[in-house]
Amino acid sequence: MRSRGDHDYGTPAGRADAPRVTLEIDGRPVEVPQGTSVMRAAAMLEISIPRLCATDSLEPFGSCRLCIVEIEGRKGYPASCTTPVSGGMRVRTESPRLAQLRRNVMELYVSDHPLDCLICPANGNCEFQDMAAYAGVREVRYGSDGANHLARAKDSSNPYFTFDPARCIVCSRCVRACEEIQGTFALTIDSRGFASAITPGPARAFSDSECVSCGACVYACPTAALTEKSVIDRGLPTHRVLTTCGYCGVGCTFQVEMKGDAIVRMAPDREGRANHAHACVKGRFSWGFATHPDRARHPLIRDRIDQPWREVSWEEAIAFAAAGFERIKKKFGPGAIGGLTSSRCTNEEVYLVQKLVRAAFGSNNVDNCARLCHAPTGYGLGVAFGTGAATQDFDSVLAADVIVVVGANPTEGHPVMGAMIKRRVREGAQLIVVDPRAVEMARLPHVEAAFHLNLRPGTNVALINAFAHVAVTENLARQDFIAARCDPREYAAWRKFIAEPRNSPEAVAEITGVPASEIRAAARMYATARNAGIYYGLGVTEHSQGSTTVLAMANLAMATGNVGRAGVGINPLRGQNNVQGACDMGSFPHEFTGYRHVSDAATRAAFERAWGVALDPEPGLRITNMWDAALAGSFKGLYIQGEDPAQSEPDLHHVKAALRAMDFVVMQDLFLNQTSEFAHVFLPGSSFLEKDGTFTNSERRISRIRRVIPPAGGKADWEITCELATALGYPMRYSHPSEIMDEIARLTPAFAGVSYAKLDRAGGIQWPCNDTARDGTPIMHVGAFVRGKGRFTITEYVPTEEKTSEEFPLILTTGRILTQHNAGTQTRRTPNVVIDSEDLLEIHPHDAQQRGIRDGALVEVRSRKGATRLRAEISERVQPGVVYTTFHYPESQINVLTTENSDWATNCPEYKVTAVEVMPAIGATEANRSVTH
Amino acid sequence: MDIPRLVKMANGIGAYFEAYPDRQQAVNGVADHLRRFWEPRMRRELVDYIRRGDGSLRKVVLEAAAILEKEAAAD
Repeated sequence: MRSRGDHDYGTPAGRADAPRVTLEIDGRPVEVPQGTSVMRAAAMLEISIPRLCATDSLEPFGSCRLCIVEIEGRKGYPASCTTPVSGGMRVRTESPRLAQLRRNVMELYVSDHPLDCLICPANGNCEFQDMAAYAGVREVRYGSDGANHLARAKDSSNPYFTFDPARCIVCSRCVRACEEIQGTFALTIDSRGFASAITPGPARAFSDSECVSCGACVYACPTAALTEKSVIDRGLPTHRVLTTCGYCGVGCTFQVEMKGDAIVRMAPDREGRANHAHACVKGRFSWGFATHPDRARHPLIRDRIDQPWREVSWEEAIAFAAAGFERIKKKFGPGAIGGLTSSRCTNEEVYLVQKLVRAAFGSNNVDNCARLCHAPTGYGLGVAFGTGAATQDFDSVLAADVIVVVGANPTEGHPVMGAMIKRRVREGAQLIVVDPRAVEMARLPHVEAAFHLNLRPGTNVALINAFAHVAVTENLARQDFIAARCDPREYAAWRKFIAEPRNSPEAVAEITGVPASEIRAAARMYATARNAGIYYGLGVTEHSQGSTTVLAMANLAMATGNVGRAGVGINPLRGQNNVQGACDMGSFPHEFTGYRHVSDAATRAAFERAWGVALDPEPGLRITNMWDAALAGSFKGLYIQGEDPAQSEPDLHHVKAALRAMDFVVMQDLFLNQTSEFAHVFLPGSSFLEKDGTFTNSERRISRIRRVIPPAGGKADWEITCELATALGYPMRYSHPSEIMDEIARLTPAFAGVSYAKLDRAGGIQWPCNDTARDGTPIMHVGAFVRGKGRFTITEYVPTEEKTSEEFPLILTTGRILTQHNAGTQTRRTPNVVIDSEDLLEIHPHDAQQRGIRDGALVEVRSRKGATRLRAEISERVQPGVVYTTFHYPESQINVLTTENSDWATNCPEYKVTAVEVMPAIGATEANRSVTH
Repeated sequence: MDIPRLVKMANGIGAYFEAYPDRQQAVNGVADHLRRFWEPRMRRELVDYIRRGDGSLRKVVLEAAAILEKEAAAD
């Protein structure tokens, strides 16, 4: 059901740039774009034509026959939802005949519908109830003895919503929502006529079907047929608060619908610029972790990590934490302590931690988890274009003619973006998927990639270089764009390099395992498209040549003129809700906010004036280097905000040894986790529902989050950091996160125009937002690159050092699934575990047969770094020689397998290439047995 | 710091920049990268390692480290 009070125009808007048409409705003139429906034109006049099958998020269907109108000069009673306006049209929406016809229609509907409104979950927010009241149905002349559907059984198999077919009016909104909005096509209308029924495919139960629990059908349903279980349990909300999702980098806007201080449901906001009223299972339904019994609610301290925790007051915990860092700083110097910020915390909170490290600790030893994911994006796009962030907004994909998805699985990792890509492909755009695995996007209902280039893991640079080779040697490069927009000297050097035969499709076919003819054809498709956009994920960045791949894609986009307008660009799909923001906020050892190097004297002077301390001009330690320094004895203390490195870092034995070697670890998080085993202080943090602040999504959109429930531990994360800084002798006094953002805006040119007042008015702002872009910047590098001229760079393919061998003949690569998020800390504490309960190892049938592995069997996976055990799933989604798993469950300890190899430029770990062997398991490994939370 | 890891990281940087046709640009690229992204103790340990004479670093890294050593001496 829609949110109460939301205005529904009945059908989607026509194209804003279409010619205008004037018509008359009930004697009143209205001017609308050509293509607008009569229903929507009436709604513009605040004339609400009754309807049940129409809603403005879906294309009109014309089935309910309630929205009939009279049009002068036309016979009969056309449906206003499917009738487009025309100039001079005169429409009547009410008449005695229309009223009679509508009453008859509703009478039929009511004759096959339960009449228990007072105990129905939709009572008070039911479109069916509204239409019955509007039509004035007072009796049902058909009686109650005839055939009906009132005894149809409910389907409660989905953990989040119920399907009650007795209340279904077969308006097909749910079917259309699943098709048009989500693109999964999981629902259909079975049978015909009176026997028609909504069904989730042949499976009959939602839990066994292809349903991905996005909730679009539930939101579209005009009755209680599809209803959230939380609404059934708690009743209708009394008020709502606008916020932003705390899961992935899409950053969907939600209305948190509340009753008192209890959340009833999360409803995607129809004005949300990133998600346009759509959501996924995580954002829409998986918020129960915030009130899970496992939530840490009290500060804990201990002197040694082999001692039990002591629950203490906030004052004692903060004083203990400050004293621990002071002790180390005094004995070993400021370079011995540092911080790791959270990509789930707000911009304001990340800003404060890096400020604490720089101003209170006195070092630049601060990093964030982009180190593990998109640091190569920051480096590569920064070098090539001048800013290391997405060039486009999400809506840009709707103007793309060719979409290239490289090393990403958007239908699972960024579902709402995945839905948009699917929609564009259904409209006719071509899709090229570059991935060693047959990700869902490669072939789905009504979506099939024109090319799925299933290259060997670790060979991205060779393939992208080959694309560029084709563009250049076949004269498909956009010379006008290059001449106007790019550095000519560097282009000349790159052109010479890329044209060499070793970069040809024929030469790289052997390296990549992709036939040359396919590489050539796909490259031509990209290079000749009117608009071609590249969308990529960690399958690009988490490699020893992650930055080189980003540079290679930038070269390709510049060479083909695919930068600086809608429908093109380089689009990193950032994994977490605020990893973009964490980078923007200077949570890097080498950069202040806004990506300005710590050695830049003018920038540093501005921060020194604002913060009142001298700042270090040298880069600090990356988190990767902090582990090494800890083992070498020169790094002793770490403040970890909302991260779980003992699960998420690669080469886990190394990382755990480093944590053990440190003298003092302070953690701030929602739950005790793998890393808390090594901590001396645990401070209970706050979720996105428990504080005010901002997140920045993958399209650089800064959006508000708003507190709806009190923090479980009593304090928002920003308050904790302020108290810690103050206890360290560096007072931080802010009364509200808006003041922190004001400080950020004063110190960061790209954020200069950002304020909470502006965010509240605009709903969200894409940086840069300043005097030259007062309303923000949806598309970057229009007219000129941020650095001036685009920079071509030499991107030689250098094979990874990780090689298969007789001992480790398979390559392990990793990724995400839809229902779980990253380390699973939040999603494992929701009913999502019913849908996916463990990490599985996908193995090709050939490889499984060679090893005597059956589907569902437990297997041991061994690399040169360690061993672990998990369950096998035999699948042809992976190619022979490649195995794949996810990293959401600590029990699987996947990162005991991954290695120390990393991106040459940023040390982003090479999670995607690990040489392994897989064999039937005998028992749990030491790694599996070490898991505690 | 873990010297084998430092050497590995340095050689990774060197492998990228070695592809540049202009040798001096390559050397400057490595030096600039180390300057901008390596914490001082890491740079010092690299230079100390080179002084001890192990031959596992790429030539371009050795040349870049020489620039950094000269700069450090001048400071």
